[in-house]
Amino acid sequence: MTLAVEVTDLHKSYGTTVALDGLDLAVETGEIHGFLGPNGAGKSTAIRILLGLLRADSGQATVLGEDPWHDTETLHRRLAYVPGDVSLWPNLTGGEAIDLLGRLRGGLDEKRRADLVARFDLDPTKKGRTYSKGNRQKVALVAAMSADVELLLLDEPTSGLDPLMEAVFRSAVQEFTAGGGTVLLSSHILSEVEALSDRISIIRSGRNVETGAIEAMRGGSMTKIEATTANPVDLHELESQSGVVDVVIEGDRVTCSVATDHLGELLERLGASGIRTLASSPPTLEDLFMRQYRTPEASRS
Amino acid sequence: MSGLTGTGTLLRLALRRDRVVLPICIVLLVLLAGGSAQAALALYPTPEELTRAAEAVNASPAIVAMFGPISDPTNPGAIASFKTVSMGAIFVALLAYALVRRHTRTEEEAGRTELVGAAVVGRRAPLTAAVVLAIGACVVTSVVVVLSLVGLGLDAPGSIGYGLYWLSAGLAFTGITAIAVQLTQTARGASAWALGALGVAYVLRAIGDSSQGALSWLTWLSPLGWGEKLDIYGANRFVVFLIPLVFTVASVGVAYALRERRDLGAGLVAGRAGPARASASLSSPLALAWRLQRGAFIGWAIAYALLGLVLGSVAHNVGDFVSDPKVEEMLRQLGGSASSLSDVYLGAELNFLAIGAAAYGISAALRLRSEEAEGHSEQVLATRTSRPALLGSHALIALGGSALLLVVTGLGMALSYGRASGGVGATLGRLLPSVLAPIPAVWVCVGLALVVFGALPRLVVLAWAVLAVFVVVGEFGSILKLPQAVIDVSPFVHASVPPGGSVSGVPLAALLLIAAALAAAAVGAFRRRDLTTA
Ligand SMILES: Nc1ncnc2c1ncn2[C@@H]1O[C@H](COP(=O)(O)OP(=O)(O)OP(=O)(O)O)[C@@H](O)[C@H]1O
Ligand SMILES: [Mg+2]
Repeated sequence: MTLAVEVTDLHKSYGTTVALDGLDLAVETGEIHGFLGPNGAGKSTAIRILLGLLRADSGQATVLGEDPWHDTETLHRRLAYVPGDVSLWPNLTGGEAIDLLGRLRGGLDEKRRADLVARFDLDPTKKGRTYSKGNRQKVALVAAMSADVELLLLDEPTSGLDPLMEAVFRSAVQEFTAGGGTVLLSSHILSEVEALSDRISIIRSGRNVETGAIEAMRGGSMTKIEATTANPVDLHELESQSGVVDVVIEGDRVTCSVATDHLGELLERLGASGIRTLASSPPTLEDLFMRQYRTPEASRS
Repeated sequence: MSGLTGTGTLLRLALRRDRVVLPICIVLLVLLAGGSAQAALALYPTPEELTRAAEAVNASPAIVAMFGPISDPTNPGAIASFKTVSMGAIFVALLAYALVRRHTRTEEEAGRTELVGAAVVGRRAPLTAAVVLAIGACVVTSVVVVLSLVGLGLDAPGSIGYGLYWLSAGLAFTGITAIAVQLTQTARGASAWALGALGVAYVLRAIGDSSQGALSWLTWLSPLGWGEKLDIYGANRFVVFLIPLVFTVASVGVAYALRERRDLGAGLVAGRAGPARASASLSSPLALAWRLQRGAFIGWAIAYALLGLVLGSVAHNVGDFVSDPKVEEMLRQLGGSASSLSDVYLGAELNFLAIGAAAYGISAALRLRSEEAEGHSEQVLATRTSRPALLGSHALIALGGSALLLVVTGLGMALSYGRASGGVGATLGRLLPSVLAPIPAVWVCVGLALVVFGALPRLVVLAWAVLAVFVVVGEFGSILKLPQAVIDVSPFVHASVPPGGSVSGVPLAALLLIAAALAAAAVGAFRRRDLTTA
């Protein structure tokens, strides 16, 4: 698998503020890569370095095989960018901004442009200053996604979109990758990342704390089980089962958490007591991220 | 009056934000007044000499057109103040304008007023705080100026008049800017209105003062003329000060009324829909830069054309020869060694217009910074547009635009002056060197602005500081008795050719080289640095 974006040991400080502190990142060609981390983690900084807008203090960054700082212009024919905080020219209409950015990038796909304008329900005749936040984002999204490029760098592209438009965004991104494109998607909307991403990277304080497929990450985490059984279950016996914690037994009701790889054993044990009802909640992304956001050190090992 | 909650807090915030720049401006203005008064008094040590110099000024319509007449030639204060009081009044007006605009529309456009407005702040509080700040700054400036002039030994009533002269301009433009910022959605648009009003005020006063009789009432219509009617160091008719007072109260009242009628962030003129597709020409960084800057350029160009026409006809009015040696000395001091008064007048006005063109060039070059800070450049540079291309396109407009302004104004002068005497073609031929010579100096200023943008993007205000230094040492250096080496720092000194004077190529070529080197350095610095938004 070739890498569309490869970052190793990237450092970047603003004066005394350390924004990136040895970041590693690998985005495979053709995937949608979720890029997550708490506020101030360094996501936007990393993306701006990938665009050659900022210069890294040290470390390697390669985008589509090129050095973003030195080969900026040739690289930029092949990628498009949507900033987190889209600011449009106040006296250009949205349509003009889309055309302008497209032409500066080297041309845009007219059919896709028309299609996206329609699907995003965008009024392209309004002046930049009169758009709402979500509509400004749509302008930037249409401009980026109707470009004929290999890579999309999206920095919180949907933070102002309504649920309908969010759905349009998702399908448009999936169409883009179906055509062979690669997407790096920074976002705080976990459901969006979960729905779209093949793999994700979580960073915190400028460092990578976790990378991989969401499914694999789930593997190491806990599933919550709620069951009622025909025969009472012994508390101590359950607690002694490997991977089981937080056991509470109230009459015939059992609740506990179990490491996902020990789920089978637990179910066997409960089955022996005759399961009447069973509810299992797999770890939500929220749980996963909360843990990573709060305690990066613990999960780095 | 309701809606004022939080004014005090906003005022303190504004004072905090301006705590460095504002005192510096005030000190510079006071130094200008005090320093040049002291120098003038030293230049004419005896009362007879003072009086003769003052009479010479009054006998020169060109000088009167530029600076206004002297009320009482026997009062030493008159000659000590006549140049700085009228020029200084323009600077005070600019200070008031800058303060009001900065703390109203600029904040609103950036969305910070919204942030503040959601806290417990009345709707009228931002405007009130800005107006109070501007008036306060003008009052402080005037009071300190009065004290320094009295300290120099000038008579007290006249010196108070000097302070009122400046205050009248400051107050009037506080009111005018308060209205201007209500009219448009952008700080840029507000500037166009307010600076346009300043230009009109200047022209009205120039016509009024130079046309003895027929049109002299025009001076009364100009907020820059009211101070002159105070007759300072003469009759001291302070009752005239009621005019700016009433005008200010009325205009601020109008501004409040306009504020009531519009929404936050909106102007009075609502935005219209535009084309759904960009025209085929909007496809390069240069096309974008032109699209962003053309409105401002066209405004400046119209203003410069009109100024050229008006000043050309004023020059015709003042074009009589005077053989008084004192006058000639005066003229040498003011505008070099031209042959006729009208030439001196046009030469001096062209010097000022060159500074104005440099101001345009700097603001056009610094558009790069606002584009960057607002996050637009980030999107443009994420396309295949290179940094040199981005910088170059705005630089081209700044350089070309500032040069064109001078050409346009020269054409205007040649048209109106030449039609009245000497023929348009011949006048143009004689004026052309004077019109073109300052261009390299203007370009040096633009080059400096580009370098500041390239190397110190957060300190672009330095570009304006440098221009201010050039103006002070170049235009007022000889009155302030500065050493020649200091005066020579201003590029304008080396690029000023009085009409009919001879052009020496070496300094101009040197300035061109410097400008080119600065532009190259700017590109180099911009390529190496991080892009910094807000
Ligand atoms: N221009 C700047 N000057 C100084 N510090 C900066 C600058 N830009 C970012 N920082 C700091 O660098 C760190 C990383 O910021 P960055 O914008 O990359 O975070 P982020 O992950 O994108 O956060 P968010 O989720 O809030 O968008 C933060 O601590 C931020 O305060
Ligand atoms: Mg960010």
